[in-house]
Amino acid sequence: MEIFDIYLLEALVNGILLGGVLALLALGLNLIFGVIDVTWICYAELVMIGMYGMYYLFSVYHLPYWVAAPLCILLVAALGAALHFLVIEPLLGAPPINQLLATGGVLFVLQSFATVAFGIDFRNLGIRLPVLALGEMHFSYARLLAFGAALVGMVAVYLFMTRTYTGTAIRAIAQDRQIMALMGVDTKKIYLITSALGGGLAGLAACLLVLQYDVHPFVGLSFGPITFLICVLGGLGNFVGGFVAAFLFAEIISLGGLFSDLEWGYVLAFAFFIVMMFVRPAGLLAKRS
Amino acid sequence: MNTRLAWAVGLTALVALPFAYRDPYHLHIMVLILIWSFAYTSWSIMGRFGLVSLGHGGFMGVGAYVTTLLWNHLGVSPWIGIPVAMLCAGALALVVAYPCFRFRITGHYFALVTLALSGIVLQIIIATRDYTGGSLGYTPERTKGSHILALQFDDKIVWYLIALGVWAGGLAVWYWIDRSMSRYAMEAISEDEDAAAAAGVNVTAEKLRITVISAVMTALAGALYGQYQMFISPDTVSGIAVSLQMVFAAVVGGIYVALGPTIGAIITIMLAEVLRVGFGTKAVGWDNLVYGVLLVLFIIFLPKGILGSLLAWVKSPRKHRDG
Repeated sequence: MEIFDIYLLEALVNGILLGGVLALLALGLNLIFGVIDVTWICYAELVMIGMYGMYYLFSVYHLPYWVAAPLCILLVAALGAALHFLVIEPLLGAPPINQLLATGGVLFVLQSFATVAFGIDFRNLGIRLPVLALGEMHFSYARLLAFGAALVGMVAVYLFMTRTYTGTAIRAIAQDRQIMALMGVDTKKIYLITSALGGGLAGLAACLLVLQYDVHPFVGLSFGPITFLICVLGGLGNFVGGFVAAFLFAEIISLGGLFSDLEWGYVLAFAFFIVMMFVRPAGLLAKRS
Repeated sequence: MNTRLAWAVGLTALVALPFAYRDPYHLHIMVLILIWSFAYTSWSIMGRFGLVSLGHGGFMGVGAYVTTLLWNHLGVSPWIGIPVAMLCAGALALVVAYPCFRFRITGHYFALVTLALSGIVLQIIIATRDYTGGSLGYTPERTKGSHILALQFDDKIVWYLIALGVWAGGLAVWYWIDRSMSRYAMEAISEDEDAAAAAGVNVTAEKLRITVISAVMTALAGALYGQYQMFISPDTVSGIAVSLQMVFAAVVGGIYVALGPTIGAIITIMLAEVLRVGFGTKAVGWDNLVYGVLLVLFIIFLPKGILGSLLAWVKSPRKHRDG
């Protein structure tokens, strides 16, 4: 029983650590949805490109990690802005489902671009961070670092959204699209900034994930769907809901994986999602109407 | 009357084709095109009414795996296994779709709930790897030579005719729905659910019927694909990538016309094959790259798809010149 409890605790803490990164991913997606009202199905693929960016900057061009990371964030932010400018902008007036499918097309483009350009080999940075032993529990520094950086990123976004003029304008647009244009806010510019910000968050996630996972062209499929489910579970566009949902999901996956294979953790999380959709269709924290 | 004649001539020509021309490679491509066309048509049966499902990879996986598992582990003939698999897919569709429609989960949310469904099916297949072979794939046990009871045939012509029949059946269902009251009800629902309900349409029941028909047909496509290829893996018959592929092919061809998904299947499969044959292993990824770019361009410039835009243009060239 003693050993079992330690494993349980370790799984719990690992769940929280995983939750931090998932919350970061969900935040970026929620931001895009809340402000522009578009779901980027290809969000995880932006992260994948970012991970390749890190791989090339760090392992091929031998930049130190702390230099490569900001460059990588900028790169993915630019990619996010380009995605908005090239694909979403022409479709702003189209039915939402067309926007969803168009970003789905971008998913295929990015995946196959990575296959063509980088090949299908698994690559990693070759950094092995030490493992923190706490009593009989073991936590990898990569996860702790990811959790910490994700929290810092989220706080930074929060400050940006509440303390700056641009952030206020973004939140205002999320509340009322039509009126803000009349108040003299350049909607197009705000959309572009939001997309870049969402991309930047994907870039940050990429810098953190590349420490823990190998990168390959299909790596996006392993955490992309979960990110959408987290956003929907929290209520699309609801930042706090997404945050809570990320930790719930991470705990389910982590604890489910403890009792059986990791896949059953995912099955459980997905099933939980479907059940929750019926109990609270508008998201975990939605007010009952 | 003319269209009916055209259909009859076209179908006869398709039936006669393998007897006149029997290049195995080309027949193989055509069987694949027919099976996938049927799957895409099944998707478009609900997709055309704005019910965008990303869970059809799940239904297809259920069709393929249930049939094969029953055959390998219990020795149940696919003739019984396929209907059982179709029932399973139908039941799964009911379980997921009923609450969705009851609680008014539409649009984005519906797409994402069904995405979770295909995720679940994929993970279950991988998690039960002791039975299903996991991500390495799975092969139905072979009988010697052709065997009707095992639904295994060495002769490609037999498969061609089976696939042709199923594909034509799929189109028949499409037309049947197109002419039924369901179509009007569904169109009303996709415009405005409240108004449709006020006009006396049973919104939940209508949507459920279409969804279950679509899911059952997709399961049949999955089972046939498994029986024909004699190899199934989570990547080829199940999961999110397959779901997306279905949506894309249908959209590229055109989801509002009967032959749209078929055109989509022809374009996407031919594209992949031409690139594969032309570039060999260097082509890995290029087909999807072209495919993805096409899809984005289509949704921006030709949302009705190739065939849909073409038909609209033929009907009144001036009005639809810009697609």
